[in-house]
Amino acid sequence: MKILVTVTEAATVDTVFEIDGLDIDDRYLSTDLNEWDAYALEEAVQLAEAEGGEVVTVTIGSDGVEETIRQALAKGADRAIRVWDERLAALSVLDPLTKAAVLEAVVADEQPDLVFTGVQSADDSFGATGVVLASRLDWAWGTIVNDLQLDSTVAHVTRELEGNLEELTDIQRPAVLTIQTGINEPRFASLRDITRAQQADIAVESFADLRFDADALVSSIERTDLYEPDTDGEATIFEGSPDETAAELAAVVEETGVTR
Amino acid sequence: MTVLAVAEHRRGELRPVSLELLSAGRELADATDGDLHAAVVSGDVESHADRLNREGVDTIHAVADGEEFNHDVYTQAVTQLAETVEPTVLLAPDTANGLDYAPAVAERLGAPLLTDALDLSYDERLTVTRERYEGKVETTLDIDAPQAVVTLRPGAWPRADGTGDAEITAFDAVIDESLVRSDVTGYQEIGGEVDVAAADVLVAVGRGIESEDNLDIIRDLADALDATIAASRPVIDNGWLPADRQVGQSGKTVSPELYVAVGISGTVQHVSGVRAETFVAINDDPNAPIFEVADYGVVDDLFEVVPALTDRLTRS
Ligand SMILES: Cc1cc2nc3c(=O)[nH]c(=O)nc-3n(C[C@H](O)[C@H](O)[C@H](O)COP(=O)(O)OP(=O)(O)OC[C@H]3O[C@@H](n4cnc5c(N)ncnc54)[C@H](O)[C@@H]3O)c2cc1C
Repeated sequence: MKILVTVTEAATVDTVFEIDGLDIDDRYLSTDLNEWDAYALEEAVQLAEAEGGEVVTVTIGSDGVEETIRQALAKGADRAIRVWDERLAALSVLDPLTKAAVLEAVVADEQPDLVFTGVQSADDSFGATGVVLASRLDWAWGTIVNDLQLDSTVAHVTRELEGNLEELTDIQRPAVLTIQTGINEPRFASLRDITRAQQADIAVESFADLRFDADALVSSIERTDLYEPDTDGEATIFEGSPDETAAELAAVVEETGVTR
Repeated sequence: MTVLAVAEHRRGELRPVSLELLSAGRELADATDGDLHAAVVSGDVESHADRLNREGVDTIHAVADGEEFNHDVYTQAVTQLAETVEPTVLLAPDTANGLDYAPAVAERLGAPLLTDALDLSYDERLTVTRERYEGKVETTLDIDAPQAVVTLRPGAWPRADGTGDAEITAFDAVIDESLVRSDVTGYQEIGGEVDVAAADVLVAVGRGIESEDNLDIIRDLADALDATIAASRPVIDNGWLPADRQVGQSGKTVSPELYVAVGISGTVQHVSGVRAETFVAINDDPNAPIFEVADYGVVDDLFEVVPALTDRLTRS
């Protein structure tokens, strides 16, 4: 069994940052393997360990993302593919339709039995790439999967809905599944795994390698502004030493009357 | 232009977000003197259509195929309806189910997809406001396309009210059963022993606590407040506290008198589950979105502030 796992690098904004035009400068961003993808990867690696097979990761990104890809390799992926073309850098927004178009070309090349994606990436949070990809492939799909049992033709999944309610769904294979955190416990990579991953090859694929038609890249979405949100319900912030702020908080608590 | 809003229902109930879609859709349609269409797919479409008949809705399409939500049926039905109605903007809720079919509809229509919209406007072209970086910044996106699919954040628009005089029509979708490749076999509720929804005072702990061992300072604070301990999702995913403590979109909705959020950043999936009379946050990041919903806050290290607060409360 071959499972393709989409892996992305997610950025978080540091405590202090500045907005420069339509972006936050890289020096105010910290990057890491997207939390949801770590669970998707772990699920794939556990399946391959149990039933045999190969786990291949695919990442859309410039060479700057290779450290993140190596994290995925250290956590058990057998191989990694990175897709890049400078025409991607020119896009204002890398939206789910664009990503899925590129990923479809990788699926055509790799012919996996299943594709796992994270439910969302933490920074852009579109939460849609997996479903668009499945639709392009004409495959079945399941979203927000927090439990998975496979048999030869069907994936039995639990999908998380709102308010402590879960849906039980049977999905025909092949399928794209978007994996939710909590489905497993992602492993920590050992030092040996990290060293091995540092030396591993990452296959870099261009659009030409993938026979991908770059005309499909016309994105109609343009970022026009980036700003810190207006806080209408602004909180009263207490300042001072921990002892002083604790005293202020204690006064608030007493005011509510709950301690009586 | 025409706006088409696709309602959501579950286990026989129209979900409130459906009425929010109508408000957003009406605002958008008004920008060009356009029409607002609503649609309801599967289940008791007649009674749902009646409930969707609010002021400002022009037409309601009732698509009778299926009982409960199935994304393969929804994808086919909504795509066909959109091909008939030709809306400039198709609205769906940014929910577990909305995100389970709207992306496929967008792909089939060849229309750009914008999820989790917080605001919309239309001035010759559609502009969508979204968050980035877990709510620390907002961004506006201009859409240059004849048609777009947008999912709306629940709670971001008021619910449409009033009684409407919409035309309710049946829409016959042609569902190709061979393309229905998923089968919803049932539901299960995540129960538990502790009902955080019933508690008057909650101390909620997030990833900022760093490890299970550190939970002791949270327990001490909860004792001092006679509070129940709740948590954000990472704490549950890490197995530090049981699932019945999770507050938020996929967990419980709580409405305590006092909610103390410790080391929680305040992503929408968490804060959408909190309606507290008094909301207090302790977080060392001044830009954490939790401070947008909190009434009182301290920007400092929780490992210093929490013990100091416990100390104050036990002394008084
Ligand atoms: C479909 C879906 C459903 C979801 N449902 C839920 C849900 O029901 N409930 C839920 O909570 N989440 C849910 N999530 C997850 C959600 O998106 C966030 O990942 C999660 O809420 C983040 O939890 P957090 O705030 O504890 O962690 P983080 O976002 O990592 O925040 C930790 C915070 O602690 C602060 N901090 C760190 N160290 C310290 C310190 N020493 N002192 C003070 N502050 C410190 C940090 O600055 C940061 O603000 C869902 C996600 C999806 C996609």
